[in-house]
Amino acid sequence: MSRPEVDAEVVDARGLRCPLPVIRLAARAKGLGPGTLVTVLSTDPAVRYDVPAWARMRGHEMVSDEETDGTWSLTVRLR
Amino acid sequence: MTLTTQRVHLDNGGRAPWHPLARQALVQALDDGWADPRRLHAEGRRAARLLDGAREAVAAVLGARTDEVRFTPSHTAALHAAVAAAAAGRRRAGSGVVVSAVERAAVLHAADAAAGSSGSPGRTVVPVDRLGRVDASAMVEAVGRRGVALAALQHANGEVGTMQPVEEVHAAARAAGVPLLVDAGASLGHVAVPDAWDLLAADPADWGGPAGVGLLAVRQRVRAVPPGPEDEDPWAPGGVSVPLAFAAAVALEAVEADRVTQELRRRALVDRVRAAVAAIPDVEVVGDPDARLPHVVTFSFLYVDGEALVTELDRAGFAVGSGSACTSSTLEPSHVLAAMGVLTHGNVRVALDRSTTADDVERFLAVLPGAVARVRELLGVQGL
Repeated sequence: MSRPEVDAEVVDARGLRCPLPVIRLAARAKGLGPGTLVTVLSTDPAVRYDVPAWARMRGHEMVSDEETDGTWSLTVRLR
Repeated sequence: MTLTTQRVHLDNGGRAPWHPLARQALVQALDDGWADPRRLHAEGRRAARLLDGAREAVAAVLGARTDEVRFTPSHTAALHAAVAAAAAGRRRAGSGVVVSAVERAAVLHAADAAAGSSGSPGRTVVPVDRLGRVDASAMVEAVGRRGVALAALQHANGEVGTMQPVEEVHAAARAAGVPLLVDAGASLGHVAVPDAWDLLAADPADWGGPAGVGLLAVRQRVRAVPPGPEDEDPWAPGGVSVPLAFAAAVALEAVEADRVTQELRRRALVDRVRAAVAAIPDVEVVGDPDARLPHVVTFSFLYVDGEALVTELDRAGFAVGSGSACTSSTLEPSHVLAAMGVLTHGNVRVALDRSTTADDVERFLAVLPGAVARVRELLGVQGL
């Protein structure tokens, strides 16, 4: 897995419980164009499953998924 | 005029209301079966007869011999004992345990303990597909490996309703000489359980019998060494409650008597729920649409806190279950939803009882969209 892309928009949802990280991610994605990379940072383990599920439901593409010291960093490429 | 609202209980998986005949059986057994069945006097022998009769009735339903059927202190205890005993009985073959990713936590933990830390193959967890069905060829392959002591596969998943390919896996396990534990805790009493097991555990509280007693059947051909210190009844140290075991068996006979009718009736109600829920925006109805339990239906709403929705529905008079963990202290959501790769938040699990009516279901479906909209509104979700 690659590092979170340097040019990605970052949504810092650390400290928030589900479903808030996915809601913050969706709210940010709303104003961005196709092909944009968005990275969400979260300390809630549910993001591991819920961000890929959200991306699948919305037609976005999962780019990377990694965890460091209890913080998950997931990057999505918007369709 | 006062309008009294009748509560509708739609969380009947693993704990359903008592079948009326189970209540009667309990009262009768309190009179006739209170004594210790291990004593030699008339009262003890009477209790022993009730217990034997209960084993015989369950054996008839399972297509097993009476001496292959035992009652245990709970369904969880039955699963723990089955895994430990079958693994111990196969120690010379190895200590590997093969399980599906969506087994109950009790099976996963027991498999961990039995597989130990003594190297390969340890515990092998076989993945499931998006519908929650285990990868049968991967499980068959894993069961055939060297050093496997035991395999465990549920008959059906109680959280999402998906049926598992137990016949195919059992055939492969038999060919490899590996005993298969089938957890029928969500299926026995609701669908026919095939003769595709070496050990089978089931849950009386799931079919309208009492909690506080479990069921474990072990085929005579299986070498099993019950764990724990020596006891007259190593599968249930100290013995089980005869009245509870008797009530469990009577409940099973009762639900088996009209099982097919109840299966068709509840399958039609679940079809109705699946269709109506799919019309609510941003929802995933999860689990196999066809090869499933007749009474269980599960769905996840995007941008919804599952526990907030449970509370909102409870306030409106409806009890449902949830596999979400957005506000609980456990943090980790349902391992079943996670293994399937479906949305874990906003989850609702409905399990219909035999007493659930079409009217109950319609009333639930009438309030559900509004409840979802309200909890979404609280989180400020609009047009996402």
